Amino acid sequence: MSGPPIRAVVIGASAGAVQALLKILPLLPADFPVPVLIVVHVPSDRSNALVSLFQTRCKATVKEAEDKEPAIPGTIYFAPSDYHLLVERDGSLALSSDEQVNFSRPAIDVLLESAADAFGQELVAVILTGANQDGAAGMAMVAGAGGTAIVQDPASASAPTMPVAALTKTPAARVESLGGIASFLLGLTA
Amino acid sequence: MTVREDVEDIEIQLFLEALHRRYHYDFRQYARASIKRRVIQATTQLGFSSVSALQEGVLHDATLLPRLLNYLTVQVSEMFRDPSYFRALREQVMPHLKTYPSLKVWVAGCSHGEELYSLAILFREEGLYDRTLFYATDINPDALNAAEMGIYPQDLIRKFTENHQQSGGRTSLSDYYRADHGRAAFDKTLRERVVFSDHSLVTDSVFGEMHLISCRNVMIYFDRELQDRAVGLFRDSLVRKGFLGLGAKESLRFSRHASGFADFVREEKIYQRCEP
Repeated sequence: MSGPPIRAVVIGASAGAVQALLKILPLLPADFPVPVLIVVHVPSDRSNALVSLFQTRCKATVKEAEDKEPAIPGTIYFAPSDYHLLVERDGSLALSSDEQVNFSRPAIDVLLESAADAFGQELVAVILTGANQDGAAGMAMVAGAGGTAIVQDPASASAPTMPVAALTKTPAARVESLGGIASFLLGLTA
Repeated sequence: MTVREDVEDIEIQLFLEALHRRYHYDFRQYARASIKRRVIQATTQLGFSSVSALQEGVLHDATLLPRLLNYLTVQVSEMFRDPSYFRALREQVMPHLKTYPSLKVWVAGCSHGEELYSLAILFREEGLYDRTLFYATDINPDALNAAEMGIYPQDLIRKFTENHQQSGGRTSLSDYYRADHGRAAFDKTLRERVVFSDHSLVTDSVFGEMHLISCRNVMIYFDRELQDRAVGLFRDSLVRKGFLGLGAKESLRFSRHASGFADFVREEKIYQRCEP
């Protein structure tokens, strides 16, 4: 791949997230070269079923993000329910109990804004299906910092609102099908 | 180009330095991503065009400080947040606490007091309230005042009640508050044995001989060095075999003082002080 080296992939998804992520995450190899950080809107009870669901289906390591944990390649981190997930410049993860953003905790905007700040152009951010507008502001910051912005083609999304909102704020974002997004990410391994 | 020092970063660093030197509030070792978010939010909400402008404002106008602190420190909590934590305290920690003739409990970073009242109710239900002295501390004077008032919006009570029941509550939460004009005022007998105090985990020192310290979702805002300081403070403030409760997603795993504590209820992040 040409362009700057990539230090992380961040993904935001809401309604329809599981089906969409199932078309992407299982394809990533165990030695995927960067960490993947994911915020999915889930109800705020304590158990996060996403980790166990994807653990059995992915070659890469799947776990819930912990505070102060260094994010490492080949690992997929899900934000815990009821906490925002952020990333620091040294690549370590941070959680926060701050108020909801866009009626959500975790919020996609919070992750994307901190990742844009931490990684600048060395970041790939992906917005998938969802029925709200979370992630649109964060995506604009990713693009503004020179990172790669990718949005799921609204026509292929089970809930197009979130991709449409992201594209409205970041018209220059790449628009891809789920298969296209998976191919793009696999391209990072080359 | 992995470290970029943009203008805003310089401004934030200078702002935190100014806040410390002028008012002795020290956020310099807070975890960067979160504090940056909050400073920027404060700047916008308080109507300043840049962090530098906010700095100038607060340096020359001390009346801005309380509002600023409300943006920089967390307010959000619930009574009996994470009911399983309170259930573990009730079922597994209380039997140990019952063996002491008198008890001290410290709620560090008590914010508006939700956790303090939760513990006070729990201790009353378990028959330990009358032999316990509670210390509720925070750096934010507004928050401490609110904690001392113990008044919460009525629309939060449903969630509080649900949490209380799930924690194994033996009484009804409604026994402890009076509802009036959309607000629920908690019974003043719940704070008869509470000392409210200004205390900073960043700059202040040990608080003596505690049997239980509950400090949840406070240290996630600290960088690792500051976390180490706070955990060291807790260790030195606990009696031998005293208990420390942290937030659901916090742990001592990355702490320098990890060997000073043993898991007591691992999944609830309840630790017991032990000799290293």
